[in-house]
Amino acid sequence: MLLIPCPWCGARAQIEFTYGGDATLQRPAVDATETDWVQYVFLRDNPAGAHQELWQHSAGCRQWLRVSRDTRTHEILESAPAVEASPGDAR
Amino acid sequence: MKYSIFSLARNALSYHERWPLAWRSPRAKSRYDVVIVGGGGHGLATAYYLAKEHGISNVAVLEKGYLGGGNTGRNTTIVRSNYHLDPNAHFYEMSLKLWEGLSRDLNFNVMYSARGVLNLCHSPADIDAAMRRGNAMRLNGIDAQFLSRDDIARRIPNLDCSPQARFPIQGGLLQPRGGTARHDAVAWGYARAADARGVDIIQQCEVTGIRVDNGAVAGVETTQGFIAAGKIGLAVAGHSSRLAAMAGIRLPIESHTLQALVSDPVKPVLDTVVTSGAVHFYISQSDKGELVMGGDLDFCNSYAQRGNLPMIEHVIAACLALFPSFGRLKVMRTWGGVCDMSMDGSPIIGLLPVKGLSMTGGWCYGGFKATPASGWLHAYTIARGEPHHLNAAFALDRFERGEVIDEKGAGPTPWAH
Ligand SMILES: Cc1cc2nc3c(=O)[nH]c(=O)nc-3n(C[C@H](O)[C@H](O)[C@H](O)COP(=O)(O)OP(=O)(O)OC[C@H]3O[C@@H](n4cnc5c(N)ncnc54)[C@H](O)[C@@H]3O)c2cc1C
Ligand SMILES: [Zn+2]
Repeated sequence: MLLIPCPWCGARAQIEFTYGGDATLQRPAVDATETDWVQYVFLRDNPAGAHQELWQHSAGCRQWLRVSRDTRTHEILESAPAVEASPGDAR
Repeated sequence: MKYSIFSLARNALSYHERWPLAWRSPRAKSRYDVVIVGGGGHGLATAYYLAKEHGISNVAVLEKGYLGGGNTGRNTTIVRSNYHLDPNAHFYEMSLKLWEGLSRDLNFNVMYSARGVLNLCHSPADIDAAMRRGNAMRLNGIDAQFLSRDDIARRIPNLDCSPQARFPIQGGLLQPRGGTARHDAVAWGYARAADARGVDIIQQCEVTGIRVDNGAVAGVETTQGFIAAGKIGLAVAGHSSRLAAMAGIRLPIESHTLQALVSDPVKPVLDTVVTSGAVHFYISQSDKGELVMGGDLDFCNSYAQRGNLPMIEHVIAACLALFPSFGRLKVMRTWGGVCDMSMDGSPIIGLLPVKGLSMTGGWCYGGFKATPASGWLHAYTIARGEPHHLNAAFALDRFERGEVIDEKGAGPTPWAH
């Protein structure tokens, strides 16, 4: 099981979190080409190594985090608020 | 050597010390007509059918570890064809028919056991869905039977069918021809039969690159040097994205770890494969007597292939809710395997957009049962340079054409299938 450092709550067990998947996906503009949409909806880099991913601390502060994690070792390299907000704002 | 009662008797006389090796371990040649990457069931089956059905035997199977050390040797061995959507129904039914004759075809006992696969229903909505799927199966010529709660209680006495159960059982959909097979035997049987037809099986040989010249494959870089080939077939289960990336292709796949466990072995207590979609749990008893059960994903991308206690606890909780008497058993072993989770929950079997390159992958939870048909159709696709009508629907470009095969209707979230 992962121990995920939440910027607001500190290190917490994975079972408190919900996975949100690849954090690098950029939603295309509504009038973007079909190819752009296919890439966004279906295609993934699926790296073996550092993976940028979203987690929600759903059984905790309910904030979204952006985590960098090595998919080969599960080592967490970085964890930060998913949106630009400082932990202080949560109070 | 043909395995038979006579070879068994003859070798008994020499105390079973003179059995020949089941396959050779040759050095890799510098060039093959076809290179198959991945020595699991799918890669070995592809090589076998290339030689048997198409007379193409200048073939190498390259495996980075040992044969069947991937998901073939890690899966919970359930074999079935109880699918709703037509492409899945036809494909998995072809596979089940191959399973029925596989031991004889390979001259190797794969221990296919048609003990029945029962999907439990816990609610009126479950019953509606099971009826609908069962009717679709029967229209496709596949065996399906709806069982009432009383039928189930008689058939599986240690299942808690009481109204007080945590997940009360209201009925179930049975596929009598579904069952289990022995996972290792499938890898070994295909390996031996492919080797006998001239296929080279090279273990401890990792593919590290795919050489592409002018839009066509030229060969593979490996830890044993460059091997030239005009056709390359990928059958690498959880690693399809990595291999496709070597040829510059992005796939609609994420790699996730799937958990399973076995109890200590006991005398026969369960003669049917029982599954519950509501709690995502399935269980069967192996011929050695262990109760084999799983299992969900860990629900985050992973190539780590390791166990995960919270998921194991979840599986055991589901097990005890359905089979309270199994609470006296001990967990003997747990493990995980890395699965290709595709964006619609269905596999990709076909040509890739680089000339000479093809794949069979994207198996999600359930590619063991697909092994014979996947190998057969992948071989056909490689030999003919075009898909068979049974795998045409599983082409990679179905995603851009909007023709996804989403059996569960879960949408493009790979860990939801
Ligand atoms: C816990 C668990 C339970 C499952 N239960 C079931 C079930 O009950 N029923 C069912 O139908 N399916 C089940 N599955 C799915 C099933 O196991 C797989 O879909 C199937 O075995 C895939 O077979 P394969 O030959 O493609 O893969 P594998 O057996 O994994 O073979 C792929 C091989 O490719 C090799 N490889 C990878 N990269 C390279 C490289 N770069 N160079 C050379 N070789 C490479 C790997 O070492 C591996 O041996 C389960 C899976 C898991 C993990
Ligand atoms: Zn938190």
